[in-house]
Amino acid sequence: MTTASEGVAAGLRARPPSRRVSSFVQRHVTLRLIALLSLPGLWLVVAYLGSLAAMLIAAFWTTNDFTGAVVHTTTLANFKTLFTEHVYRTVAFRSVSVAVLVTVVDAVLALPMAYYMAKVAGPRLRRILVVAILTPLWASYLVKAYAWRVMLSGDGVVNWALHPFGAHGPGYGLTAVVLTLAYLWLPFMVLPVFAGLERIPDSLLEASADAGARSWQTFRSVVLPLLFPAIVAGSIFTFSLTLGDYITVNVVGGTSQLFANVIYDNITTGGNLPFAAAAAFFPIAIMVGYLVAVRRTGALDNV
Amino acid sequence: MLRRRMTVAIALGTVTLLTAAACGGSSGGGGSNAAPPVPKVAMQQQLGKAEGQLNLVNWAGYAEDGTNDKTVDWVHPFEQATGCHVNDKIGNTSDEMVQLMKTGQYDGVSASGDATLRLIYGGLVAPVNTSLVPNYATIQPFLKDRAWNSVKQQMYGIPHGWGANLLMWNSKSVQPAPTSWGAVFDANSPYKSHITAYDSPIYIADAALYLMKHQPTLKITNPYALDQKQLDAAVALLKTQRANVGEYWADYTKEVQAFESGDSVIGTTWQVIANLITADKKVTVQAIEPSEGSTGWSDTWMVAAHAAHPVCMYKWMNWITSPTVNAQVAEWFGEAPAQSLACSHTADKSFCDTYHAADKAYSDSLHYWTTPTKHCLDGRGNVCTSYSQWTQEWTAIKG
Repeated sequence: MTTASEGVAAGLRARPPSRRVSSFVQRHVTLRLIALLSLPGLWLVVAYLGSLAAMLIAAFWTTNDFTGAVVHTTTLANFKTLFTEHVYRTVAFRSVSVAVLVTVVDAVLALPMAYYMAKVAGPRLRRILVVAILTPLWASYLVKAYAWRVMLSGDGVVNWALHPFGAHGPGYGLTAVVLTLAYLWLPFMVLPVFAGLERIPDSLLEASADAGARSWQTFRSVVLPLLFPAIVAGSIFTFSLTLGDYITVNVVGGTSQLFANVIYDNITTGGNLPFAAAAAFFPIAIMVGYLVAVRRTGALDNV
Repeated sequence: MLRRRMTVAIALGTVTLLTAAACGGSSGGGGSNAAPPVPKVAMQQQLGKAEGQLNLVNWAGYAEDGTNDKTVDWVHPFEQATGCHVNDKIGNTSDEMVQLMKTGQYDGVSASGDATLRLIYGGLVAPVNTSLVPNYATIQPFLKDRAWNSVKQQMYGIPHGWGANLLMWNSKSVQPAPTSWGAVFDANSPYKSHITAYDSPIYIADAALYLMKHQPTLKITNPYALDQKQLDAAVALLKTQRANVGEYWADYTKEVQAFESGDSVIGTTWQVIANLITADKKVTVQAIEPSEGSTGWSDTWMVAAHAAHPVCMYKWMNWITSPTVNAQVAEWFGEAPAQSLACSHTADKSFCDTYHAADKAYSDSLHYWTTPTKHCLDGRGNVCTSYSQWTQEWTAIKG
C-alpha cells in the first residue's frame, strides 16, 4: 500500500515539464483561452485592423507637390477632391455597376449548373463536376485574364467564331471586363449555391410536385427562398472581388478604369498614398453597406 | 449580439474619423512652390571590393542578358568581369521608378528627367563621385551638369543616352503615312479605337507640344510649364483623343502585343518597341519623329542613397557608359549614346548621325521629360500647374 502510493508520488514528481504545463493550463480555463486566442487575436488586431487603421489615418495626410513625400499635416483636402471632382463619381458608379452585373451574370449561370450538380447528376458525375468547377482556381489569375485578352482581340477566337453569323465580339472595354470577371469568379458562386442546394431535401421538391406545383413554381416558391442565403453568400464573393479588381480592367478594359485603378494609380503613378487611402474609403463604405443590407434580409443567419 | 458589436464598431470608427478631422482644419496642402533644400547624402569616396550583387531599376532594354535576343547581352559579360550578379527590375513609367526607389531595395536606377529631380530632392539618390567612373570623362559635354542631372555643379548620376518619343504606325493599315502628331489627335480619325497612347500623366506634355505648334494663341513655350488655361486646353484635346483610343499602354509588352494583333495601329512609342515588333516579323511598323518635334528622354544612371551594393553600382555605371557597351545599348534601344567614343563602336556606322548623337543643337530642340512644378519652368513665376495636378487630370481624362 505505502509502496504503491510512494510510487505514484514519485511518478508525479518525475512527470515531464510539458505535462505539468498542460495540466496547469487544464485547471485554469482563462489561461487556456488566452493561450489559444492570443496569436490569432494579435494577428487580427495588429496586422489586420492595425493596418486598416493606419490606412484610414493616412487618408488625412497630404504629399509634397514636388518630391511626393508624405506630409503629416491633417487635412480633409483628399476627401474634398473625391467628393467634388465629377470623375470620381463616374468611376464609382461604373465600378458598382460592373460589380452588380458580374454578380447577376454569375448567379444566373451558377443556378442551373449547381442545380444539375446537386439534384440531377449521379454521385460519380457530381464528384467530377465539382472537380471541374474547382480546377480553374488552380490556374493563375493572370494567365486566365490574358487568355481572355487573346480571345477577345480583333483577330481572336471570339470574332472568328462569331464571324459566320455576321456578328463580332465586344472587343476590349467594359463588356469584356464583365465577361472576364464573371468567368474568373464563377466558382465562388457555384460552390455556395451547390452546397445550399444539397441541403434542400428532395422530399420538399416531391411534396411541392404532389401539391400540384409546376417545376417553375416549385423553383420560385420552394427552392429560391431556401437558396437565397447561399446566393447571397456567393454574391459577397463576386461583388467584393470585382469591386477590388484593377488588373482585369487593365488587360481587357481598353481605355476604361474602375475605382480600384484610381487607388492603384495614385500609389504607383501619382505616388499619392494619402489620396489612395482616402479613395479606399469608398469600397469599404460600399462593402459595409452591402453587408448591412444583406444582414437585414437575414441571409447571414445561416452562414 | 452581432448587431450590437457592429454598432460599437461603427461608433468607434466615427469617433476616430471625427477626432482626425478635428485635429486638422488649419493647414491646407503641404506642397511649397520653390524646390526644397537638397537632403544631405554622403558621396562614395573610394571603391572597395565588389559586393557580388546588384539590384537595378531600369527601362526595358537597358539591362539585356540575351533573353530577348541571344546576341544582345551585356549583362553576362559584366557579371563575369566584376562578379556582381545583376537583378534587374523594369520600371514602366518614371513614377513607377520613383516608387520602386522609395522601397530602398535597389542600388541604382536609370532615371529620366521627370524622375531625377524627384529622386534627388526626395533624398533617394546620392551625389556621384565622377572620378570613380573613368568613362565619365568622355561623355558628351552637353549632357554634363544639366538641370535634370545635377545640383549646383554636383553630378547626381552618369548620363546614359537620350532620344525622342516617336509616332509609330502599322504600315499596312495606316495610309498615307502620317507626318504629324495630328494623326493621333484628330477627332475624326479613320483609325478610331485603334489608336494607342502612353498611360502616364507625362503624356499631357505630348498634347501640349501639339498645341504649342497648332494653337499659337495659347502661348505655350514649354510643354512642361502649363498654366491652368493651357493645361485645360491640353486636357480637352486628350479627352477628345480618348474617344478614339483603343487602349492605353504603360507596359511596353502590352503595346508590342496590341500592334502585333492589329488592335492598335497607330500611337506613341519608343524606338525599342518598334525594334521588338520588327524583330518578331508579325506586322510591319514604321516609327518617325513627326513635324512638330517630340517629347523625349535623357536618362541618367543614379546611385541609391542607401545602396547595399554601391561598389557594384559604380562598376555598372562605368560599364554601361564604356564605348562598346554604350554603343550596344544605344543601338538596341534606339537612342543617342551619351558616350562620345561609342559612335565608333556601333554596328551601323551611320548610327550616331541618324540619332544626332553629337548634335547639341538638335539635342536642345527635344522636349525632355521634366517634372512640372508650380514654379514655371519657363520662368513665368508661380502660375504653373504641378505634377500632382497633372496626375489628377490624367484620371479625369481617362474618365
